[in-house]
Amino acid sequence: MKPAAFTYLAPRTIDEALSQLADAGGDARILAGGQSLVPAMAYRLAQPSILVDVNGLTDAPPLAEEDGRLEIGPLVRHQDLRRLSPQRPLGALLSSMAEKVGPWPVRCRGTFCGSLAQADPASEWALAVVALDVNLTLESRQDGPRSVPASEFFAGVMATTAREDEMMTAATIAELPGATRWGFSEFGRRTGDYATVLALALYELKGGRMTRVRIATGGAEAVPRRLSEVEEALEGSAPSKPRFLQAAELAAEIIDPLEDYQADALYRRDLVRSMVLRALQQTTR
Amino acid sequence: MSGRVSVSFRLNGSDCTAEVEPRQTVADLLRAMHLTGTPVGCEQGVCGSCTVIVDDDPARACLMFACQLEGRSLRTVEGLATGGRLHALQEAFDEEDAVQCGFCTPGFLMLAAAALEHDPFLNDDAIDALVSMNLCRCTGYGPIRRAIRRAAKEARRAP
Ligand SMILES: Cc1cc2nc3c(=O)[nH]c(=O)nc-3n(C[C@H](O)[C@H](O)[C@H](O)COP(=O)(O)OP(=O)(O)OC[C@H]3O[C@@H](n4cnc5c(N)ncnc54)[C@H](O)[C@@H]3O)c2cc1C
Ligand code: FES
Ligand code: FES
Repeated sequence: MKPAAFTYLAPRTIDEALSQLADAGGDARILAGGQSLVPAMAYRLAQPSILVDVNGLTDAPPLAEEDGRLEIGPLVRHQDLRRLSPQRPLGALLSSMAEKVGPWPVRCRGTFCGSLAQADPASEWALAVVALDVNLTLESRQDGPRSVPASEFFAGVMATTAREDEMMTAATIAELPGATRWGFSEFGRRTGDYATVLALALYELKGGRMTRVRIATGGAEAVPRRLSEVEEALEGSAPSKPRFLQAAELAAEIIDPLEDYQADALYRRDLVRSMVLRALQQTTR
Repeated sequence: MSGRVSVSFRLNGSDCTAEVEPRQTVADLLRAMHLTGTPVGCEQGVCGSCTVIVDDDPARACLMFACQLEGRSLRTVEGLATGGRLHALQEAFDEEDAVQCGFCTPGFLMLAAAALEHDPFLNDDAIDALVSMNLCRCTGYGPIRRAIRRAAKEARRAP
């Protein structure tokens, strides 16, 4: 099918874009990489009357690493994250996750912020920002910038707490300490498509024990989230296969599984068990 | 209310201006210009048959609006052969029988052309990952992998 007609706007600055969104009173959508919005328009699931194409913004901050933080602006593409240096744990983690986001042509155009705004429960970036306690900056003409923790951003399958006149202008991620161990695992039926279930595990190894443990899953529930019961079960103990098995079992029990054509509840619990276990096992590689 | 907008870009090396409706995708525009070498399969970014090169990166022509081409450079399969000579990839697809119905072929050619321009040292794993990005319903991928491997060898030998 073909998209319905719309008015095309190409702002040059963030302020101009925010004004256009505000003036449209809810009839406009931001066009970033277009890798989710254009298919939705082709299906006529989305029929915005105005598209605000942000690709020509001259003041969108590029991907920047400074003061122990990584700042990801609204035009940072999935492929840009592929190129982060693997020397530090955060760069290694994000670049290896980026490789799983769609096929290369999609990675060249799709953006990190667009992925978060899309709020697909199986998005790699949605999982990453929740696990890494990322701060998201949302801006509107009316209220200026506000900061939202990732854990409060996702509201359901493809739903967020952002308002229609708001644009995500940055995602800010704190560097990970050098002693951070991480593991990431996902299962999908088709290469290059969204995964069914994903899991991310992180901790710092201190004196042979796991501290500041973070375990998060995506695709398992309506929104990605950290599983605090599983984190607590692992905190302070030494990494070992039996511990990991226990943790994976617990994760499979406590999730409130999504059910769709790809996987019913039972199968999703199975996948959560396997993905959490694999992510944990990867931390000891 | 949508109106038509004028867009200027480079098309296979030549300057070009077109009047488009904002809702027309790059794939729609190419077909309207009778450049039918870019076939459209799924129109949702999945099959890869519409893959073109924008600036230096591969792009799904069905997921980009034509008006977004302003000031950019677009390359399609029609621009792959130069000076009456087929591109090394086209030769290799022929040699290896990597074409059956041919519907997917332009997409594979453009994807592989972009990949070889980025890195002529594509190893077998990278070629496997690359061919998994586009759908072919006929050949079974073996010949396509062999063709890309052959062209990669050529590209490395080229001066
Ligand atoms: C074949 C294929 C495979 C894919 N596989 C995966 C995958 O495995 N994993 C994955 O995570 N994704 C996958 N995707 C989706 C891809 O990652 C998209 O790039 C992403 O979901 C949306 O980012 P975008 O920049 O393309 O946004 P767009 O499509 O332009 O926009 C998506 C939505 O976000 C809004 N938006 C965009 N930017 C902003 C902003 N800065 N502030 C506020 N709202 C904004 C838009 O208005 C729209 O509602 C796939 C897509 C395709 C076509
Ligand atoms: S037609 Fe564009 S990817 Fe299938
Ligand atoms: S040759 Fe027919 S689809 Fe590939």
